[in-house]
Amino acid sequence: MRRLTLLSAACAIVLTVTALVPAGAARADDMVTIVIKDHKFEPAEVKIPANKRVTLLVDNQDATSEEFESNEMKVEKIVGGRKQIKVMVGPLKPGRYPFFGEFHEATAQGAVIAE
Amino acid sequence: MLASLIIVFREVLEAGLIVGIVLAATQGVVGRARWIALGIVSGIVGSCIVAAFADAISALFADTGQELFNAGVLLIAVVMLAWHNAWMAQHGRELARDMKAVGHAVRSGEKSLAALAIVIGVAVLREGSEVVLFLTGILASEEGGIATVAAGGLGGMALGALVSVLLYAGLVQIPTRHLFSTTTWLLTLLAAGMAATAVNFLAQAGILMAGGTILWDSSGILRDNSLIGQALHVLVGYTDRPTEAQMIAYVAVVAAILLLTRWAARGSSRVASPVR
Repeated sequence: MRRLTLLSAACAIVLTVTALVPAGAARADDMVTIVIKDHKFEPAEVKIPANKRVTLLVDNQDATSEEFESNEMKVEKIVGGRKQIKVMVGPLKPGRYPFFGEFHEATAQGAVIAE
Repeated sequence: MLASLIIVFREVLEAGLIVGIVLAATQGVVGRARWIALGIVSGIVGSCIVAAFADAISALFADTGQELFNAGVLLIAVVMLAWHNAWMAQHGRELARDMKAVGHAVRSGEKSLAALAIVIGVAVLREGSEVVLFLTGILASEEGGIATVAAGGLGGMALGALVSVLLYAGLVQIPTRHLFSTTTWLLTLLAAGMAATAVNFLAQAGILMAGGTILWDSSGILRDNSLIGQALHVLVGYTDRPTEAQMIAYVAVVAAILLLTRWAARGSSRVASPVR
């Protein structure tokens, strides 16, 4: 019985630590829009303020799904055909952060410039 | 056609590696093939369902449905892996003893197999739904898309299966007495890496606002999206730019599982000692 309690305690620790959720945290006001059209990003380069949480709005105007991804910004999200998604990035140090569309990597390339 | 095969393979790689580890971890347990197959098949079926409702899932919880779904299934897998390791620490010895005399241990062993089948199912589900969306996109937009989809889908899956078999074959070269401790470590690090990925999804959704600072950048040495980087990401949770929150989650899960297994093993030796 004691073992079961400890087991659930351990699970609880795992869950709380991984979900350190500051409830009602304010969302960043900064939002920039990136459009996907013909499997290309428009604009291919966007500027955002550095050292700040910024929301990227990705607007997919193609009929097919895309996966908006960036290793540099640690982002990975599916954008359905003719759908929009929002992802939160940063705070980013000043610099260039490439992103790409994984389903059409040959053409779907872009970058965020944090400054 | 080759491009689609590579994309599918990259998605399938993670699930393939996990299946390989689970195969090695359940070496000698009766009924494992059935459970592992069940995990893979339900993962594939689930992928199609998730893909079909992808837009609806994405729109949930103020457009953070996708992140919460990913974080949620990853955390389920973390709990299942923790539970499995604790179970193995407790029953590993009697399991080895009873392996010849097929008895009650096999039945209780199925509980632990069910946990691992869920881990596999979750891994297949996460990557599989992306594969389905990618392939249906090709089917809708390209002339002769069916050939590309067939080559990409079947070829990618075959390569994923090959990865499972190779990793399994490699792991079972380890002498039996070290095999379980090796796979226990692998499953522990797998769980820690999954927790770190889950944390990242919560940050991306804007739910987790703290701990977003990147601790280091080792992308110059090994990039996340290289094949080795990706394999290490699955196996030990490697990431080239870990955030503070990811590091905390990773260390916390390793520590929690170590404490849990140590404590479960102590309980087992106390019970087992009068028998000896």
